[in-house]
Amino acid sequence: MFQFIFRRLSLVIPTFLGITLLTFTLIRLIPGDPIEVMAGERGVSAERHAELSAQLGFDQPLYMQYYNYVTGVLQGDLGNSLITREPVMKEFLTLFPATIELAFCAAIFAILIGLPAGIFAAVKRGTVIDHSVMTFSLTGYSMPIFWWALLLMLVFSVNLGWTPVSGRIDVVYWIDDVTGFMLIDSLLSGEEGAFSSAVSHLILPSIVLGTIPMAVIARMTRSSMLEVLSEDYIRTARAKGIAPWRVIVIHALRNALIPVITVIGLQVGILLSGAILTETVFAWPGIGKWLIESIGRRDYPVVQGGILIVACIIIVVNLLVDITYGIVNPRIRHSR
Amino acid sequence: MTTSTKTSTTDIPLTAPVPMTPLQEFWHYFSSNKGAVAGLVVIAIICFMAVFANFVAPHSPSDQYRDALLLPPAWLDGGNWSFVLGTDDVGRDILSRLIYGSRLSIAVGLVAVTASLIMGILLGLIAGYFKGMIDTAIMRIVDIMLAMPSLLLAIAIVAILGPSIVNAALAISIVSLPHYVRLTRAATMAEMSRDYVTSSRVIGASPLRLMFICILPNCLAPLIVQATLGFSSAILDMAALGFLGLGAQPPTPEWGSMLADALQFVQRAWWVVTFPGLMILITVLAFNLMGDGLRDALDPKLKQ
Repeated sequence: MFQFIFRRLSLVIPTFLGITLLTFTLIRLIPGDPIEVMAGERGVSAERHAELSAQLGFDQPLYMQYYNYVTGVLQGDLGNSLITREPVMKEFLTLFPATIELAFCAAIFAILIGLPAGIFAAVKRGTVIDHSVMTFSLTGYSMPIFWWALLLMLVFSVNLGWTPVSGRIDVVYWIDDVTGFMLIDSLLSGEEGAFSSAVSHLILPSIVLGTIPMAVIARMTRSSMLEVLSEDYIRTARAKGIAPWRVIVIHALRNALIPVITVIGLQVGILLSGAILTETVFAWPGIGKWLIESIGRRDYPVVQGGILIVACIIIVVNLLVDITYGIVNPRIRHSR
Repeated sequence: MTTSTKTSTTDIPLTAPVPMTPLQEFWHYFSSNKGAVAGLVVIAIICFMAVFANFVAPHSPSDQYRDALLLPPAWLDGGNWSFVLGTDDVGRDILSRLIYGSRLSIAVGLVAVTASLIMGILLGLIAGYFKGMIDTAIMRIVDIMLAMPSLLLAIAIVAILGPSIVNAALAISIVSLPHYVRLTRAATMAEMSRDYVTSSRVIGASPLRLMFICILPNCLAPLIVQATLGFSSAILDMAALGFLGLGAQPPTPEWGSMLADALQFVQRAWWVVTFPGLMILITVLAFNLMGDGLRDALDPKLKQ
């Protein structure tokens, strides 16, 4: 087991170095002199240019710059935003809970709908239910989620007035930032209606962000369930006279879930990139909106740092999924 | 009576069934999948619209009819049959813009898929054929690219190069590269151990001949499937980049940027928002349906 984990961990190091190399090159590929880009239209004097150059390490050879960059990154130093002058890491940490909250709710939505839908479709294979689940999931999979967001907003916020259009909570509430998670903070604040306001702000973005993962989970659950249901031990269980629901839920589902769990783990990447679009439409103050705004403002350290952090999160999650898979399934653990 | 029936049975010519040509066989499997055929039909229509946009579209995509701003679709009150799907905030015909937009989406999809297919096949063949250090190096880079969500990577690339259609297409082709490399490499490795490759090698075929003439044609099935599915993600990513303002720039009739322009009119004019998105959904869905059908028809092994 330790050998397996060690082997997987050793594969992460080159990937991490590759990503730092990518983000390191990113800022150097921008046409023009980086300092002049940072200074903007005002321009800089020659002395100031030299000073800044030394301060930012641009006067050193490239490999030293890269070495300094990587050691900085490992210590959590991603440089400062050009606009706010705040450390990128600090900005990231204040915005990240909003994205986690959204992604978490989206994942819950995707699992709550996708998993039963997939099971149902597999059990009722070939029926209308099966076909409609598969049609819906293929449609969900093909959905341009930014448009889906607008459509839902049009129907539920504009026409029906059931949910708010954007943001995390009504402006009338002033919630202290304790954990950064609005659902928890609004509960802690004890203000009447704050929690339900936070929930209603979350519903549409979660549905939008959860749509593609839901479709993927439903498809995967269906095919995995179909495979398991055709195995001999299921026939044995049925022949023994075990209640049909028990065969499906207790006997089949447990084994069918193994690949599904992997797929759920792999949705983190989809959730984080989907968050960029969802947050932009719903004005959700998370890292996706932050990244897009930073690109618009040409705030390169933020773009560089943000991409690096998101990529690292995905590497770590994929690693955890792999390791969990190895724990659950010994065949993976022992194969090379 | 008995004799006559006997003769009649022997009279029936007992010819062996004519074996289907590979193409017929493919069509047999493909056409049994209704969704795939529907996808193919929709794609054919969209391609027709794209190619003959000048003739099909009722108006120019950039003509502004100042007396017909935000006109609703024809079947609603206040609609006008000369603007079937209504007009946008500066009086441009939405239907015409959608038709011209299909030209852009198909073109971008074609360019992005072709570019990444060619690069992916080259890298995959090299990695699978030579193995060793080259293989490790190529696959590490591919792993790094796969660690990033494609949209994020595309955004990063466009952020460096600057927003434009060409850069967005380039970004999309780079982003989808890893899948082609992996597929080609895996297929190449599987083919390499086959007898026909060994015998060609013994006869003295050069590595280039082995790679492109012997191995490549046998790896094509999964690549064709991936290319079709790649088309749908290219169109989706292109629209997403356009929507974020990182792809096609405003006056261009691109589906994603049309949506972004329409954002401020969500409350007043639903049609400005609805139709471009519907167009994206239908196109992407058609490519996904056809891709699934192709996968089932071309490669039963991949069938789930």
